[in-house]
Amino acid sequence: MQQTLSVLVENQAGILNRVTGLFSRRAFNIESLAVGVTDDPSISRITIRVDSGNNVLEQVEKQLNKLVEVIKVRAQEETRYIGRELMLIKVNASTKTRGEIAAIAEIVGAKVDDLTPTSMTLELSDTTERLDAFQAMMRPFSILEVARTGLIALQTGGGKL
Amino acid sequence: MNGAELLVEALKREHVTHIFGYAGATICAIAEALKAAPELAYTLVRTEQNAGHMASGYARMSGEVGVCIVTSGPGATNLITGIATAYMDSIPMVAITGQVPSYLLGRDIFQEVDITGAVAPFSKHSYLVKNARDLPRVVKEAFYLASTGRPGPVLIDVPSDVQKQEVESPQWPEAVSIRGYRPSVQGNGMQIRRAWETIARSRRPVLCAGGGIFLAGAEAALEEFATRNSIPVVTTMMGLSLLPTDHPLNIGMVGSHGSPAANRALAQADLLIFAGARVADRAICEPDQFRSRIPIIHMDVDPAEIGKNVQATIPIVGDVRHILRQLLEQGVCQPEEGWLSGLQALRRADLDHAPRERGGGVTPGRFLRLLGERLPADTAVCADVGQNLIWTCRYLPMQEGTRFLTSGGLGTMGYSLPAAVGVKAAQPERNTVVICGDGSFQMSFPELATIRAEQMNIKIIVFQNQVLGLVRQYQTQQPYTGPYGVDLDGSPDFQTIAAAYGMDSYCLGSDEKAEAVLDAFLSNAGSSLLIVRVHPECSTND
Ligand SMILES: Cc1ncc(C[n+]2csc(CCOP(=O)(O)OP(=O)(O)O)c2C)c(N)n1
Repeated sequence: MQQTLSVLVENQAGILNRVTGLFSRRAFNIESLAVGVTDDPSISRITIRVDSGNNVLEQVEKQLNKLVEVIKVRAQEETRYIGRELMLIKVNASTKTRGEIAAIAEIVGAKVDDLTPTSMTLELSDTTERLDAFQAMMRPFSILEVARTGLIALQTGGGKL
Repeated sequence: MNGAELLVEALKREHVTHIFGYAGATICAIAEALKAAPELAYTLVRTEQNAGHMASGYARMSGEVGVCIVTSGPGATNLITGIATAYMDSIPMVAITGQVPSYLLGRDIFQEVDITGAVAPFSKHSYLVKNARDLPRVVKEAFYLASTGRPGPVLIDVPSDVQKQEVESPQWPEAVSIRGYRPSVQGNGMQIRRAWETIARSRRPVLCAGGGIFLAGAEAALEEFATRNSIPVVTTMMGLSLLPTDHPLNIGMVGSHGSPAANRALAQADLLIFAGARVADRAICEPDQFRSRIPIIHMDVDPAEIGKNVQATIPIVGDVRHILRQLLEQGVCQPEEGWLSGLQALRRADLDHAPRERGGGVTPGRFLRLLGERLPADTAVCADVGQNLIWTCRYLPMQEGTRFLTSGGLGTMGYSLPAAVGVKAAQPERNTVVICGDGSFQMSFPELATIRAEQMNIKIIVFQNQVLGLVRQYQTQQPYTGPYGVDLDGSPDFQTIAAAYGMDSYCLGSDEKAEAVLDAFLSNAGSSLLIVRVHPECSTND
């Protein structure tokens, strides 16, 4: 099962290493990981997507809590958060296909960031699943390169971590 | 003041009185500062791993944080096993390593290793100090982290230029504030009440006590709680000596190498109370078989221990001493008639079990019983790893006041001898005995020099079976087909080794002379070595 963990940590050198080390030591694969500073510059927020069962996730949460620089950990309940990911995708685009690509981009709300006689670079921010779907739509045009940020997430409503 | 002087001053402020170390180029400035602080006793070890084990023995006996200081690169990597050993047994320790100058970090210069990275999986925390100004805070935090909550080793890596950096008007923090670290002390009141209701309702409760009881200083609370409620107590290996061997509530040690009575107690119980025990594989092989049948109460200071190896019905997070005191306030209960007395009868049978005599050497069980009868009550017994350890756990009688130490979590060969040096440094008056095998002795005997230099009185017993006995024993059982790579050919004559270090030695080759030789060995005025010859095929089931 895919699970999302939000972790608030001290914004210090070496912390990312400790956090990811916990996962590799328990042989979990991190599906995606996003880090950025929060409104408080001394705190960073890490969002981690992992594939794991509930028991394992609970143990990871506890082990994360044991790290001295970890301030808070929360496993996001599946339906109770807003999750977004950003993708940049470069596809082959000739004069023949350009129009069709632009039409699909418009439907899903992707933006054209760069255009050359032979390629287009598009930008889309959405849920992981919709990015996957968009990427699949682009595949027939031949994808040159993809960069994705990994999911970031905030819980819905007025509460905070 | 420079960084090194700040570091030494910070150690003094943490009331450190003893340091175990090994010199090197990147800690010369610290050595200089230590020279000016003669009130800090300094023990030069013979290899860095043992500085860790000595700090561990010191910490376990004194209840204070053990401190070791080693140089960068190979000094630091040699210490790794000491740190991992302390981590697995939750021993409070601060390890200080020298490091190459901070402006050269990351260039793989001479004797540089990323030691904070290397120890991350088995240290509680670590610091790489980039500015000497931070040292007062870092040292204060390190001692606080090492000794509170679930104790453990904390590493401070100090580049050599930081040691020399001058700091004007250093700031000495009064208190520690780490927002991501808030260990629980008191058990949650509702969990305490739920636990108590379950205990009061149970008819055949068993309390399984581990090394966490020592760490929390909860020995007295444990005995009081068990006695008041007539609850039989079994211990893990790390909990051995919590109660004297002949204590009426002590049913013995659990686990794969444990006693039949203790394992039977677990099997027949209708409630299991784990106190300061990790419920690791060696103690409880299939914890889930219990969970489906009976309720489990698990008290531990580390929330991550709860639910890791066994799913508890009632978890209580907190300091076990507080939790036991909280439970004591709840009332008094009585288990089913005959529960305790039945287990006591089984226990008696275990204690009376006659070890198998093979001839061709000393019978370890018989020897250890004779040893136990002769040891003063206050003895610290440091046992190593292997058959020697399992025989000691099984046969050595321990009295009120006896303290048993071993490397239970990591099972590090060579732990016992340096740990005993740490014990002696903490409590010079305490009688101290080392029990090891001829394999483990050969990993640690360079420390005989340390013992001699410090003029310590430690009695060392080596079970000499000419093989790596426990592994040999495993190799002779299914699915393996026989011994390989376990003969200790080429071993030196240990009595000559003892003589080379100016130590008296004795040798016992058969059961007949055991009493007389033991008496002579134990009454020797200084450190002495006793070789006990054991048949190589002697097994832990004997
Ligand atoms: C550092 C280390 N290396 C290897 C082992 C694996 N090991 C466990 S017991 C044992 C044999 C110990 O031999 P010895 O010290 O002679 O004791 P005996 O079992 O013969 O009593 C070995 C090699 C270990 N526990 N620690």
